This record gives sequence, C-alpha cells and structure tokens, in this order.
Amino acid sequence: MGETANLVIFYILGAVIAAASILAVTSRRMLRAATYLLVVLLATAGIYLLLNYHFLAVVQLSVYAGGILILFIFAILLTSLRGDRTEPHDKRRVFAGIAAGIAGIAIISFVVMKHKFLYGGNTTILGDQEINAKEIGNALMGTGKYQYLLSFEALSILLLACAIGGILIARKR
Amino acid sequence: MEHYLIVSSIMFFVGVYGFITRRNLLAMLISIELILNSVEINFSVFNRYLYPEHMEGMLFSLFGIAISAAETAVAIAIIINVFRVAKNIDVRHIDKLNH
Repeated sequence: MGETANLVIFYILGAVIAAASILAVTSRRMLRAATYLLVVLLATAGIYLLLNYHFLAVVQLSVYAGGILILFIFAILLTSLRGDRTEPHDKRRVFAGIAAGIAGIAIISFVVMKHKFLYGGNTTILGDQEINAKEIGNALMGTGKYQYLLSFEALSILLLACAIGGILIARKR
Repeated sequence: MEHYLIVSSIMFFVGVYGFITRRNLLAMLISIELILNSVEINFSVFNRYLYPEHMEGMLFSLFGIAISAAETAVAIAIIINVFRVAKNIDVRHIDKLNH
C-alpha cells in the first residue's frame, strides 16, 4: 500500500517538475518564469522527502525557495523594462536548443534504462531509514573519516567572500 | 531509481535548452539553477539507492545547494551592475566593455 502511494506521489512530482521546468524556460514574462522555478524547487523538496532526506528537503525549502527566489524576484523587479517580454526568439537557436535537449534526454534515458544498477531493482529499499540530525551534525563538524569539517569551513569562507564581493560589485560608485 | 534519473535528466536538458535559447541574463540564471538542481537530485538518488548506509551524496547535495546560493548572489549583483551601466540585461545589447 505504501509502495503504491510512493509511486503515485513520485509520478505526480515528476510530471510537475517536467511541466514547470519547461514553462520556466519558455515563459516570456520573467516574473512568471521565477514562479515556475519556485514550483520546480518545491517539487524537488518533495522528491527529497520521498527519498527520506528530511534535512535536505528543509534546506532546499529554506535556501532555494526562501532565499534564492527572493533574490530573483527582487532582481527581476529592479531590472525590468517595458519592452522586456517582447524578447524575440532566434528561430535557428530555438531549433538547435530543442535538438540538443531531445538528443540529450534520449541518450541519457537509453543509457540509464540499459544499465543494470547494483541495487538489483529492489524498490523496497526505501524503508523508513531516516538520517537523524545528530548524525548529520557529527558528519559536518568532525575531522575523521567520512566527516567534512574542512569542506564546511571552505564553504563558509566562500560565502563570506561572496557577501563581500556582492557588496563591492553592487554598490554605487 | 531509473525514473528518478530520467526526471532529473529532463530537468537538466530543459535547463540546457533555456541556456541556449534565452537571451535575458536572469532567464539564463534560472536555467543554471535548473541544471544545478537536477545534479543535486542525482546525488541524493544515487546515495539512497546504491549506498543507503552512507550519506555522502546527501552531504554533497547540501554543499551544492550552498555553493549555488553563493553563485546566484554574486551573479545577481553583477547583473544589477550591468543593468545600471547598460540599462539592459539582454546579452545581445551588452557589447561595450567600457563606456
């Protein structure tokens, strides 16, 4: 019963992701494109929940849907002009893009369906083996094997550099 | 598992399509977000199905989310600055380096 429910939810989320991402890149108005991107990110958080990565889903919601989307919407509002949505598409470029996309999806799908992954097709592997927050915290803050304090610190320095760089770039001269 | 990978590859190539066709800098940034997001789905799907006793893929997804947040912040700062200089964020009209 739970299996079927998971499957149905997965197909709904997959359809939402596919449709909303196509709309996000084809929509002429930027604000609508940002809203479709929000839908994609929410459905991605749903997929993380389906995979039992609750912490990752919460991070996705708070960082992407809470932070990046606000940045996008402010940037769109700051940089929108009147003639913004009359962005004419180059026909040749659209054709090249569609060809590249369909060829890529076809090749990747073929390879993925052909390859035998080592989990043996066992779909019941998704039990309720939720990773608790204590383990994640230990892995982020430890220095031993399978622990990531160094990359965590590098990431914090990257974020600091980003904040300073953003202020320096965007300030008025 | 294959179906998860197909969904994320659809997302990836829709992002590639948007990156090729759109000429607005913010739209190109949205396409990049789609690409990064599909890669993070792939990390966590591989982790959950192939190595469910580890959590390296999930941590990689976490770091990827943080890095893409940083990248987006800097890119939006640059885009706002470009808009201030060129009064436009269409890449076809941004053709002067120094005014």
